[in-house]
Amino acid sequence: MQLLQLIISGIAQGCIYGLIALGFVLIYKATETVSFVQGELMMLGAFIGLACMNFLGFPFWLAVPCAIVAMALFGVLSERVVIRPILGQPAFSIVMLTIGMGYVGRGLITMVPNIGTETHTLPVPYKDQAWNVGALVLNVEQMVVIGSTAVLSLLLYAMFKYSKLGIAMQAASQNQLAAYYMGIPVKRLNGLVWGLAAAVAAIAGLLLAPITFVHANMGFIGLKAFPAAVVGGFGSLPGAIVGGLIIGIVESLSGFYLPDGFKDTAAYIVVLLMLVVKPNGLFGERLRKKV
Amino acid sequence: MRFIFKTDYNQDIRLAKHGGQVFWYSGLLVAMLLAPWGISEYWLAQLTLILIYGIVGLGLMLLAGFTGQFSIGHAAFLGVGAYTEAVLTGAGVPFPLSIAAAGALSAAVGVVVGLPALRVKGVYLGIATLSFGFIVEEVFARWESVTGGNAGKHVKSPEMFGWTLDSGPQFYFLCLLLAIAATLAILNLLRSPTGRAFVAIRDSEVSAQSMGIHLARYKTMSFAISAALAGVGGALYAHNLHFISPEQFNILQSIDLLLMVVIGGLGSVHGAFLGAIFLISMPQVIALAKDWLPSAIGQAPGLQGAVYGLVLIAFVMFEPLGLYGRWLKVRTYLQLFPFYRRGLFKRQKSFQKSERLR
Repeated sequence: MQLLQLIISGIAQGCIYGLIALGFVLIYKATETVSFVQGELMMLGAFIGLACMNFLGFPFWLAVPCAIVAMALFGVLSERVVIRPILGQPAFSIVMLTIGMGYVGRGLITMVPNIGTETHTLPVPYKDQAWNVGALVLNVEQMVVIGSTAVLSLLLYAMFKYSKLGIAMQAASQNQLAAYYMGIPVKRLNGLVWGLAAAVAAIAGLLLAPITFVHANMGFIGLKAFPAAVVGGFGSLPGAIVGGLIIGIVESLSGFYLPDGFKDTAAYIVVLLMLVVKPNGLFGERLRKKV
Repeated sequence: MRFIFKTDYNQDIRLAKHGGQVFWYSGLLVAMLLAPWGISEYWLAQLTLILIYGIVGLGLMLLAGFTGQFSIGHAAFLGVGAYTEAVLTGAGVPFPLSIAAAGALSAAVGVVVGLPALRVKGVYLGIATLSFGFIVEEVFARWESVTGGNAGKHVKSPEMFGWTLDSGPQFYFLCLLLAIAATLAILNLLRSPTGRAFVAIRDSEVSAQSMGIHLARYKTMSFAISAALAGVGGALYAHNLHFISPEQFNILQSIDLLLMVVIGGLGSVHGAFLGAIFLISMPQVIALAKDWLPSAIGQAPGLQGAVYGLVLIAFVMFEPLGLYGRWLKVRTYLQLFPFYRRGLFKRQKSFQKSERLR
């Protein structure tokens, strides 16, 4: 029973990693670069949700869509202003750029007087409740995380499978040039992908907020999502979620069964093993380059 | 304007291209040697720190700028060097031996990291080195019998041939000597076949391989040399601070090092030192700026991070060649004066250019 309990809390944590990793994968597929700003987008999303509830007095169910929409707009805007001008430069330039964006995001939030440096609780209606199912204690916050991730994954799956936009995104991610020739507006699509990634990050932030707290450095959890993305295979959307779950469960179990210190590094040990054994990840496609 | 008509390959790889360079670098050397008598103790300490970061930056420049292998965990090598030095000097080993050991141990760790790096590249390599950095930081924090854990560890002053090099000028000269040695070593390496192999790997792995370059050997070598320089830099860093703890070698330090080489100018030896000057002087500039900024902005705690980020974004967007690239442009403008064309250094428009395997 202990094991099951640990696995459930691991899954909940893994869902957060998975959602952040989803952002990495979306952006990787669209623009072939890794966004190091995903964790900070998550942090911003949580702060916007907090601002909506505490300062504007919105109820929870209004604050959540507000934060998501605001972050989606922010994602589109930042792609337009910062990322698009340097598209086509080496992938590493964009990595450095997103690291810079992360610095700016953290710095600006910290600069807000009396808010940025403190930790806040997001007043959610389901705070501190638990269900008892048999001998299991199911934390409602964790259940909400798992449920929302499942719903979001289904929505994204449906979008990529059935909607025109999703299919266009898939086409552009497979071969930008061919997609461009087929009349798909690749640049505009990249903006939308950034918007989508930012929205997913905002959802992750809002889900994580009740479990930990809202503070300027909560974005560092994004660094744990890299292992998730790699384990799943960097270019695979279902892989991101599965990778997140694996990392979450491994972390939860190693925190309990292994000595101190393994919990924080378990994710990185797993990713190093994965890179040595199967560099393309569980769901990664194997491609060869023609010269 | 100076015209150099090259007729020979040896002319092309000569260390100093023309007499002007010899003149200016000698001038710089003399200025550096006289610096302890000319500037205050505080600025001498900053200059020492610049030299130390310059050594580390040279290593990372070789790896990232010349071999095209990005390491987002370079602070780990710095840490390995620093802890080795702390342990060895604590045990009474003389400085020349202990710093050699610090470099060698870091190089060995670099080889260990370099080996898995053979299978992965680009983004994956970044994440592998990132993971490595986290694991090493955790090891520093947990291996208390050697590293002192989170409580940190004191480092003795370097001792050499019966002298203790603790006061400012002495330690400064030590760092200067090592920085010059490292620079010459890297310059000589870059004009040797090995250096050309590194650059070939950076430009295209596939074509480098088809030219008969043993990818595995050269990539590992690059990691080892880079890590060795980081280790030497880390050892000096430990002596400089007299105290080390695991959080000095965390991911933020690694990113600072990357920021240093990118802002300095990837793919140039000058860039390593220009980046170090930038990294060390930036906090001072921000501190000065605080005085005439409105206090609501000037006193805010996040200011430094935000400014760092903005500068980094500005460099990537507007000056991808870094500080050294800016200097090249200024120099070329002056040399060509009436004939400078706009966009002389512009990269080819490369929208939709792809590095992805396809």
